[in-house]
Amino acid sequence: MRDDGPRLPTSPGFWRSPLRGTWFTSVLGLVLLVGVTVLFVTGLVSYAAYNPDLAPVNDQTPDKGLLGFYLFSWPTNPPWLYRLTQGLHVTLGITLIPVLLAKLWSVVPKLFALPPARSLAHALERISLLLLVGGGLFEFTTGVLNIQLDYVFPGSFYPLHFYGAWVFFAAFLAHAALKTPKALRAVRERRRGEDGQASPGPDEGGPASPRPDAPTVDRRGALWFVGGASLLLFLTTAGQSIGGALRRTALLAPHGWADPGGGPNGFQINKTAAYAGVGTKQTAAETWRLVVTAPGGRTVRLTRAELLRLPQHSAALPIACVEGWSTADQWWRGVRLRDLAALVGYDGDPPDVLVESLQLHGAFRRAALRADQVADPRSLLALRVNGEDLSPDHGYPARVIVPAAPGVLNTKWVARMTFGEL
Amino acid sequence: MTRPRLVVGSPFQILLLACSFALAAYAGVRLLAGDWFGVALWIVGAALLHDLVLLPLYALADRAVTRGLGAAGHRDRTMYVRVPAALSGLLLLVWFPLISGTVAGHYRSATGQSPDGFAARWLLITAVLFGGSALLLALRVRRATKRRPPAVH
Repeated sequence: MRDDGPRLPTSPGFWRSPLRGTWFTSVLGLVLLVGVTVLFVTGLVSYAAYNPDLAPVNDQTPDKGLLGFYLFSWPTNPPWLYRLTQGLHVTLGITLIPVLLAKLWSVVPKLFALPPARSLAHALERISLLLLVGGGLFEFTTGVLNIQLDYVFPGSFYPLHFYGAWVFFAAFLAHAALKTPKALRAVRERRRGEDGQASPGPDEGGPASPRPDAPTVDRRGALWFVGGASLLLFLTTAGQSIGGALRRTALLAPHGWADPGGGPNGFQINKTAAYAGVGTKQTAAETWRLVVTAPGGRTVRLTRAELLRLPQHSAALPIACVEGWSTADQWWRGVRLRDLAALVGYDGDPPDVLVESLQLHGAFRRAALRADQVADPRSLLALRVNGEDLSPDHGYPARVIVPAAPGVLNTKWVARMTFGEL
Repeated sequence: MTRPRLVVGSPFQILLLACSFALAAYAGVRLLAGDWFGVALWIVGAALLHDLVLLPLYALADRAVTRGLGAAGHRDRTMYVRVPAALSGLLLLVWFPLISGTVAGHYRSATGQSPDGFAARWLLITAVLFGGSALLLALRVRRATKRRPPAVH
């Protein structure tokens, strides 16, 4: 069989798949309309969770301008809030990758369509599509690389992913406004009409091939295929955000499969002590002191033994990372942050606090917590976890644990706490 | 000779896109504030790499499989190859840094966990995908053979 069809992708006849068509593209587009919106909103929520307007140390994108218009005080309830929003953000993002790839595949003939622009409006739309496709792939790629600790992108993850999201979403909104009515119509018409497998009538300006190959699968089957791919990614990822026995099911996720070591400290680690450059020399009983201070007020220095003699409280709280993984509740025990505030003169109404780590490098070696986080009775400077002293990797001699806060704000290897207006 | 007239198109679309560009530019100047060339390269490069390299590559691979099976008279069995191959390739694409081991040292020192299992688990998943597909195909072929009326002798 000789194929003497068009040789150039600019010719519609070059594209032979019988699957391409307005209905197929529309279904994928509508899934992305909902999915990408959820990704964008949970992404914005994650930025708010850092309380970036509280102190410069919490803000990785200080030049945000109006893009931070929606920021609010991140609550401490429910304690699993960040587990949920960030687990959703990362797991949904990974789950949508097959849908994104299928959507781009379904419309690729339009990339080569001639003439390149039929009108000024069309020319502008095509420029916008570069931002949509490039921006979308940029967001998915930086996200997927970041959770695998593969920091090859050109800059710090936070500004790239945050500002990139706004560029992408600006193009996404325009695209959605222009295409959603047509997509809804295509899906509705198909549902009303018979369940015809071939393209229902001429696909005017649509992505359907004018000379399709014989099908090897129908459009419905192809959608099942895309959905199955999403399901496979979901099933091999979600466990890292659920924890417990289900962590085993996250076969390829960075914090799936197994927990590090065993015993009371055998739960997921973001950065080990060795990685952070914190050694036993700094954490030994003779050298380590916790400095608790208030500007213009009192300063106290406490050994770990002295901290253990203060009233000890317990809280069952998870660790939830911006990378999407989280742990089930761990049983922390230590001194309430508000009791430490009282030591330096803040009786009753505790203020904000700046927490500094022994860690010498890293974006979050210093982090600020808001007054309501300090006041929460479950917010601790933890000394023990699950009935044992903290391990070095979980922040020995002492670490912060605050309900619903992103992992990096739960500072490990705490050296200094400064209470007061930031 | 008539000069080509500039076709404007939908004014609503122009207004909408102007609004979109303004917002994108507001965020874009912040996005490009650091390594502007690197970021622009990544965004444009991502689109080009996908549309001009990744997509043609997997489309050609798919065409080769379809044609190859077609030549053997089994074009209708394409999905039995396509599905496990695509799923395995997709997992490799998404988790490439972990599976390939390019971040192994960094991963071990940061998380305290062994980076060694990813490639093995991906290979096992791939084996299950192809094996499952082969089993399914074998069952269907068997059922079809049984159902077929006695052959004409």
